[in-house]
Amino acid sequence: MSIAVSGEREELRKLVAEFARNEIAPVIGDFYERGEFPYDIIAGLGQLGVFGLPFPEEVGGSGGDYFTFCLALEEIAKVDSSVAITIEASVGLGAMPIYRFGTPEQRERWLPKLLAGEMLGGFGLTEPGGGSDAGSTQTRAVVDGDEWVINGSKAFITNSGTRITGFVTVSAVTGTKPDGRKEISTIIVPAGTPGMTVGKEYSKVGWRASDTHELAFDDCRVPLSNLLGERGRGYAQFLEMLDEGRIAISAVATGLAQGCVDESVKYSHERQAFGRPIGANQALAFQIADMEMRAHTARLGYYDAAARLLAGEPFKKQAAIAKLYSSDVAVQNARAATQVHGGYGFMNEFPVARAWRDCKIFEIGEGTNEVQRMLIARELGLPQ
Amino acid sequence: MNIVVLVKQVPDSGAERQLTADGTIDRENATRVINEMDEYAIEEGLRLADTTGGEVTLVTMGPDEATESIRKALSMGAHKALHVLDPALHGSCALATSRVLAQALQTINPDIIICGAESTDGRVGALPAMLAERLNITALTGARKLTVEDGSATIERQLDDGYQVVQGSLPAIVSVWDTINEPRYPSFRGIMQAKSKPVTTLSLADLNVDPSTVGSAGASTEVVQHAPRPPRQAGVKIVDEGDAGDKLVEFLLAEKLV
Repeated sequence: MSIAVSGEREELRKLVAEFARNEIAPVIGDFYERGEFPYDIIAGLGQLGVFGLPFPEEVGGSGGDYFTFCLALEEIAKVDSSVAITIEASVGLGAMPIYRFGTPEQRERWLPKLLAGEMLGGFGLTEPGGGSDAGSTQTRAVVDGDEWVINGSKAFITNSGTRITGFVTVSAVTGTKPDGRKEISTIIVPAGTPGMTVGKEYSKVGWRASDTHELAFDDCRVPLSNLLGERGRGYAQFLEMLDEGRIAISAVATGLAQGCVDESVKYSHERQAFGRPIGANQALAFQIADMEMRAHTARLGYYDAAARLLAGEPFKKQAAIAKLYSSDVAVQNARAATQVHGGYGFMNEFPVARAWRDCKIFEIGEGTNEVQRMLIARELGLPQ
Repeated sequence: MNIVVLVKQVPDSGAERQLTADGTIDRENATRVINEMDEYAIEEGLRLADTTGGEVTLVTMGPDEATESIRKALSMGAHKALHVLDPALHGSCALATSRVLAQALQTINPDIIICGAESTDGRVGALPAMLAERLNITALTGARKLTVEDGSATIERQLDDGYQVVQGSLPAIVSVWDTINEPRYPSFRGIMQAKSKPVTTLSLADLNVDPSTVGSAGASTEVVQHAPRPPRQAGVKIVDEGDAGDKLVEFLLAEKLV
């Protein structure tokens, strides 16, 4: 498989790189330090059309494709991955489920603003008691008249508490299947619905310029028409999207890894030790060469998975490999980059210090790396 | 309203720039960008088009690579472009450039021409006035604000210690500084739309310009000699041993800074 970054894809990539360099890089460190959400940056990226990239123009999209979207994410993540994840989550977890499974009314209500980046959406799947294990879902939704009544809580929900958050789609147990398993459905809960309490912002180690909250539902009522997709198919539908979400996460992780290379190259020219720039020392030059090799290989991984997606071929295994590998690489490169920076690598004002704090989450989020290995093993047909 | 914005592709002033053997700028190996000041002119043209319902035509003179800059300006929202492309143009001085552009502009008949106050490569800054003379139209140069109404244009002309309000009738050429607005970024949709926007290419023959009057051959100015900027000298370090104030004053006096 191969995929070309040329024509309008390349123009878009350059445009996003320019935006990241001029508008994100100079200010994001301060937002990160204060744990503040960068509304103006998000609005700017909305105007560029980044949120609408993987959607057709007839629903308000930019008419690009999923791969072009991933290229944009990588460019943003080279500078700051907490901004990249805000976009990834709003597009992949907020807008995409509505685009795929929503009714015409749901699409019309939510997509235009989401795809313009004027509104953010989130997806509430993980609960305080469990993440990827759907069977452990405790949140329940029952029908009362023409409303769903939701009770339960959700944890680590990205984009759930900004002032431009439009809704969170919540997975909840809505009954029992004939085989005795839980029937899980997904329901759109608009921001500000009485009964939904947005907890205070988590104090996160990394991704500090992104928005993450715990959500509590206490007799939270929404119309029956807020059911997203088929009743009882909620989790299965969500899983379909997790596969492509992994490609996007891989693009973000690759961006972080490449950003570490770029910063290290720059620093190894500037910093002098023993009368010459530190990059002239083979011990450091080789480390940086290895970093570049890893970032490059990680990129090939997500390019390949994206090419398969665009070609309509199976990509589950490739997406899992891309996510697993690039997150490993993100951690390795952040570690190496902070080492190249010496004492300054431990200082928050240096971008690589942010990378060091951000890299860990890639091994955890969007399916832990253990889950990715499980998926790959399953795809290989290993005995269950 | 028929709005023209002049666009020039230049080597990125933030990157390494080189001259070639004949004293002209090495454009081929440079990181090429739209002249920074022209981005403000494009933005001003687009805003004017929005308020008057007009169309923005880009006009550029430059080698093949200049299409990159045309594409970018089209993706910002300009409607169409005219590219004057001819190998004989290489090495053109400002005077010759104004001759060619004036011919090109006459094919468009604009109500208003907006351009950057200067380019970051040549920094002659004389083109707006030259074009006004050749086209016999109003010259409003160095604007930090532009208002167009009732067939006339009014600018705030930026000076070192203030500004002048200058008004003139259309058609006019207005050159702008980077204080006039905040240029927009293109959007992805803009990039896609730019692909189908018309770009007309005209040669010197198309414009009835004699090749011997332009380019290096017809240049009225010539780069006789050039040298790289000398490296910065180390500064004077004053260590405070109780007399730093005096030493500082001595230094400032010696440098005639006070």
